[in-house]
Amino acid sequence: MNRERRLRRKKAIEGYLFASPWILGFFIFTAGPMIASLFLSFCRYDVLTTLEWIGLRNYKEIFNSDLFWKALYNTLYWVVIGVPLRQLMALILALLNNQQIRGKPLFRTIFYIPSVVSGVALAMLWVWLFEPSVGLINTLLRFLGVNNPPLWLGSEEWSKPALIIMSLWGVGQGMVIYLAGLQDIPQQLYEAAEIDGAGIWHKFWKITIPLLTPSIFFNFIMGVIGSFQVFTQAYVMTRGGPLYSTYFYVLYIYDEGFQYMHMGYASALAWILFLIILFFTLLQLKSSGRWVVYERL
Amino acid sequence: MRGFRVQAKIKSKKVSNILVKAILYVIIIALSVLFAFPLFWMISTAFKSNEQIFAEPPIWIPKPIVFENFSNAWNKLPFNLFLKNTIIITLTATIGIIISSSLVGFAFAYLEWPGRDIWFVIMLSTMMLPAQVTMIPIFILFTKLGWVNTFKPLIIPAYFGGGPFYIFLLRQFFLTIPRELFDSATVDGCTSLDIFIRIALPLVKPAISAVAIFSFMGHWNDFMGPLIYLRSTEKYTLSLGINMFRGYEGITMWGELMAVSLVAAIPCLAIFFIAQKYFIQGITLTGLKG
Repeated sequence: MNRERRLRRKKAIEGYLFASPWILGFFIFTAGPMIASLFLSFCRYDVLTTLEWIGLRNYKEIFNSDLFWKALYNTLYWVVIGVPLRQLMALILALLNNQQIRGKPLFRTIFYIPSVVSGVALAMLWVWLFEPSVGLINTLLRFLGVNNPPLWLGSEEWSKPALIIMSLWGVGQGMVIYLAGLQDIPQQLYEAAEIDGAGIWHKFWKITIPLLTPSIFFNFIMGVIGSFQVFTQAYVMTRGGPLYSTYFYVLYIYDEGFQYMHMGYASALAWILFLIILFFTLLQLKSSGRWVVYERL
Repeated sequence: MRGFRVQAKIKSKKVSNILVKAILYVIIIALSVLFAFPLFWMISTAFKSNEQIFAEPPIWIPKPIVFENFSNAWNKLPFNLFLKNTIIITLTATIGIIISSSLVGFAFAYLEWPGRDIWFVIMLSTMMLPAQVTMIPIFILFTKLGWVNTFKPLIIPAYFGGGPFYIFLLRQFFLTIPRELFDSATVDGCTSLDIFIRIALPLVKPAISAVAIFSFMGHWNDFMGPLIYLRSTEKYTLSLGINMFRGYEGITMWGELMAVSLVAAIPCLAIFFIAQKYFIQGITLTGLKG
């Protein structure tokens, strides 16, 4: 009895010791800072001077700020249009790669490569491709007979679509997840459907898509969370311009927090973003019962 | 008569099958060209002289191949230093992530301790937390510690668990090891640490490779972290250096810009080609088999 208790205590200590890096990290880098930023969001603070409690004033200012609504609109545009398009692209690539054709590993590699190169190097490449007068995209468009191709990153109207087009190249991870989902679908289901005389279209909508819904669901959840935090492309390629047309939410947080040292205001912005992401995530979780098929044969 | 009709039907089905296949190949090859093209263009531009870059119609393959873009860029900014800084940060952070996430992943997969399941749920839910919510207090903390303009803010956090994604990935891999292997070792008098180092770690090498790769790429390409914490040029990483280089002379030198971008992209490309299978494994395991 005593021995068993000692053993259990030893196990508990061991477990916490092994998990301690993350548990400590959770308090230092997640829980603590979360509480601190919630507190800061009700304060005025610029690191150098003392902290001053100002109640809800940051939030009032935010909701009255045109830039906030502009950044929120841009970010929602990027999420609502970009995420489904990227999922569609990833799904098409996965479906193509799931057919019985030769050279599949090669095609899969080619589709994945652009996702390997990310960050600033990728951004610079696309700045060059989108360059209005000598860039490759417009050179080709003019060759195809488009006389006045868009200015892309230089145009208020085309800057967001340009960034979305660019993002369609980086869907390798989503493709791999869809591919794994496709390969999990039991082949017998298709064979049974064929015996019943089902065509390609019918099989696609009645078997492939329903059984792929868990992957679609996962990719959408992660895609939405990630897309709300878009930063590097916009910062490097357009610095939010032209005319704030690519001024995304995190750029606004960055400017307020690290350019102007408005730590309280930036914290309030961050908390609003957190709540928006939480809302969208819960919305998706809640809706999942209606469309995600969890039965597996 | 009937037999003939069936035969004709089979024949037409065969023809339509071939047609479908042909269309499929056309689509997949066209998409492959489209997907391979940007990177090809980066490489092509990096090795062209300025006349070739602005030539119309575009020159696809540089002729002659020139290296002046690299030497020019290197003469303007200390890219070797940026490379060195990036390598130091990436390697030390990745080591931290491997050590701490494997310890924690092991604790979640195999050890029995009170509160484990609750902690696990908490850990998973932090995956949904946007970094911006914690970014500002962490910045204030590091400012007060005097760590701004050092590599510490970019490295030290990696030693504290390394992030939920990596822990989850390793836990999933540890769970695939048959428990009896651990149990028999315990009977033989091995401590948990022995089991972890001698039995568990060697068995999850593929997962550790996946974590190492993802972490390497993440840190190598990181932009926001260095942007916030590194102030003086001699501390810059490659990402910051390239960003600085673009507007360096007021006019963009495309060949040189593509040359430095290519150098930044090469390590990631090389790792991908060497370790492709770990990539795919890592993504599928965290993506689906929760």
